[in-house]
Amino acid sequence: MNQMKPVLEMRDLSVTLPGGLDRTHAVEDVSLTIRRGEILCVVGESGSGKSVTASVVMGLLPKNSLRVAKGTVMLEGEDITSAPEQRMDQLRGNRMAMIFQEPLTALNPVMPLGRQIAEVLVLHKPGLGTAAIRSRVLELMADVHLPAPEEMYHRYPHQISGGQRQRVMIAMALAMEPALIIADEPTTALDVTTQAQILKLFRELLTKHDSAVMLITHDFGVVAEIADRVLVMRRGKLVESGTAKDVLQSPRHDYTKELIAAVPRLRYLPQLAEREPVLKAENVSLTYRQSSWLGKTTEVHAVQDVSFTLAPGETLGIVGESGSGKSTLARMVVGFEKPDRGRILFEGQDMPGLTPARLRQMRHRIQMIFQDPYSSLNPRRRVGQSMIEGPVRMGKSGAEARRRACELLELVGLQPSAIDRFPHEFSGGQRQRICIARALALEPDVIVADEAVSALDVTVQAQVLDLFEKLRTELGFAMLFITHDLRVASNICNRVAVMSKGRIVEQGELKRVFENPENEYTRKLLAAMPGVSEM
Amino acid sequence: MLRLVALRILSSVPVMFIVAVIVFGLLRLSPGDPAVILAGDSATPEAIAALRQQLGLDQPLPIQFVTWLAGVATGDFGQSILSRMPVLALIFDRLEATLVLAVSAIIITVLIAVPLGAIAAWRHNSWIDRAVMALSVAGFSVPAFVIGYLLMLFFSVKWELLPVQGYVSPFADPGGAVRHLILPSVTLALVFMALIARVTRSSLLEVLNQDFVRTARAKGNSQRRVLWRHALPNAAVPIITVIGIGIAMLISGVVVTESVFNIPGIGRLTIDAILARDYPVVQGLMLFFALIYVGVNLLIDIAYIIVDPRIRY
Repeated sequence: MNQMKPVLEMRDLSVTLPGGLDRTHAVEDVSLTIRRGEILCVVGESGSGKSVTASVVMGLLPKNSLRVAKGTVMLEGEDITSAPEQRMDQLRGNRMAMIFQEPLTALNPVMPLGRQIAEVLVLHKPGLGTAAIRSRVLELMADVHLPAPEEMYHRYPHQISGGQRQRVMIAMALAMEPALIIADEPTTALDVTTQAQILKLFRELLTKHDSAVMLITHDFGVVAEIADRVLVMRRGKLVESGTAKDVLQSPRHDYTKELIAAVPRLRYLPQLAEREPVLKAENVSLTYRQSSWLGKTTEVHAVQDVSFTLAPGETLGIVGESGSGKSTLARMVVGFEKPDRGRILFEGQDMPGLTPARLRQMRHRIQMIFQDPYSSLNPRRRVGQSMIEGPVRMGKSGAEARRRACELLELVGLQPSAIDRFPHEFSGGQRQRICIARALALEPDVIVADEAVSALDVTVQAQVLDLFEKLRTELGFAMLFITHDLRVASNICNRVAVMSKGRIVEQGELKRVFENPENEYTRKLLAAMPGVSEM
Repeated sequence: MLRLVALRILSSVPVMFIVAVIVFGLLRLSPGDPAVILAGDSATPEAIAALRQQLGLDQPLPIQFVTWLAGVATGDFGQSILSRMPVLALIFDRLEATLVLAVSAIIITVLIAVPLGAIAAWRHNSWIDRAVMALSVAGFSVPAFVIGYLLMLFFSVKWELLPVQGYVSPFADPGGAVRHLILPSVTLALVFMALIARVTRSSLLEVLNQDFVRTARAKGNSQRRVLWRHALPNAAVPIITVIGIGIAMLISGVVVTESVFNIPGIGRLTIDAILARDYPVVQGLMLFFALIYVGVNLLIDIAYIIVDPRIRY
């Protein structure tokens, strides 16, 4: 009869937040049920309480700040709401397992991968011998399609790719064939092709291991790809739930509609008329050399023979997977790295060839916006200090720079009073607006945006993309927009260059590239976009 | 790693040379003349001059330096002015007591300070945490000779539990050696312990907030197991760094502690040699300390590679 019981049943769960915040509950009256063989997607933006809900199930709430106020959590019919720690230690990793968002930081950096997977077996199957554990770990590694398990066993997290790390996390979660797997944004940090592979893997493993999956995400593309049922959360409350088909095709709640609408869809901007390019890269290459302790030198061809042009007022998208060399290219354009070969011409002048003094004079005309708005603003400096520093150094008076900073803050949709506040007082989306305003304060001709919207929630992402578009028409700067998300690229770029293994494999007008890709790799990348066909 | 070791040994040569120059220069600049001290209060100026000539102190400084350096390069560190014994023999004679004392102090420190710091981090903001921190401030602030005399006063004089002072070789009488070692090694270890407990705590606090600690909990590890198996190895690099710094501190601690407890080790030898302006012995000792320091640093670098696979040189 146990088969008929739901794997997880949650009734009226409420979790209280410490006093002094904008709301009293992190989670309020949430009920949900997951059955065997089912994938339930919990969707919501950051702060919606979806991760807290998962932590309650795993019994991993930070005890000094969050507290379960009421409700019950039943795992396979057992009430675990207030189970003692010892019992939870027996269940965690055994009957329920969790996969985390950031596969780099979620693995122990100083423990070999094989041992990290083996630990689950050591903890929950004490009778198993060393040889048996080892062969089971190798089997699990093969199950999640990790290449060369024998060799992988002794490697460390920093030696493998992000996708492979996430596979190790999944192998760890599957080790005891748990009834419930909770995956918290398991693909957010991965690029599209890896994401598609991991989602496929989830499906495959679900059938093989007969578990249930609770998948936390903010991306309706992922939902369309994989969910059986969907649950939408907002500000700690359950907003809507139902089968994936129902929710996607006929959402009832406004918030659900907003979330679905915010998923970037393919949209093509017109190509601009030919103009004299402001930025031009000619056959640029950069190779990193690294020597090991045996004196062997390994060469990494980060960027190879890359050429492109960027006209004023135009946005060129650079798309590709992680490790394709797109960030290195960005760093060369702003002058953080010097190319080994080739030239980068800004208004006809070879930037890497300039004297340091000349370079200082023109550097401000190319500005960069980074991926993580949390770490790219100095936490100890007021917004105004960060914005005024550059212009004052370029010869503006303090008062004038300050006035312009206020104008720019308004332009990016913030209150001018933000100028005297600190970065931690703002949300992620607001911080990225500050970063944009900071870059604009130097009146650049070219903006290099490196994954500038990747760390933001979908609705915020849509707003920031709109902001970029508006600013570009008003101020007329050219933009090099680097992203791994093709849907995002289609919303902002006029032209696109696809990078793979350090080379540009295809470039051209966005519509042409997306609809009639000429290169095999571009086709693969386009096919891997989550949920495009379903939505 | 082999390359690292080879490079370090090569780079220690100029370091040792610079140490030699500085030590030699400082000694000659400091007031006092070994010949005057050796000859005694009633010596005639002629006798002193003869002694100077005999010791080679009448030569110009550069000649003295080159002669000494040439000796050192062939392994001859010269003779003690005071005892007429070869410097190397003097050092090796006293080495055992100091090594035994230093090693037992390090062992006591690591065995007590690391767990203490770990518990403080685990029970962050509890009374245990506060007690450990308060003790470590105290350990930091009180000088070694004060602690040494206090321990001696209570454990040896008042309660008569342990011998007051002296040294017994563990190779001759293990039981007696332990009894004689307890007070001096605790004295020596106390400052060091305060430092390491503190660093262990702060390093662990940082690690305990990281994602992989949560992953380890989600696998079903108990809190205790997470602390020892996952958190501590990741917190090890700063702890090892401070142990390395601590060993340097130990060198100065040894000098004081050996005087307080009357242990015939290198620390005592150093003080005696400095008081007597026994140039060759002081020079030899300083080179020896510098060599230990270079060696310890190399060991620390190798330890980094072992505890953290991400570190490569």
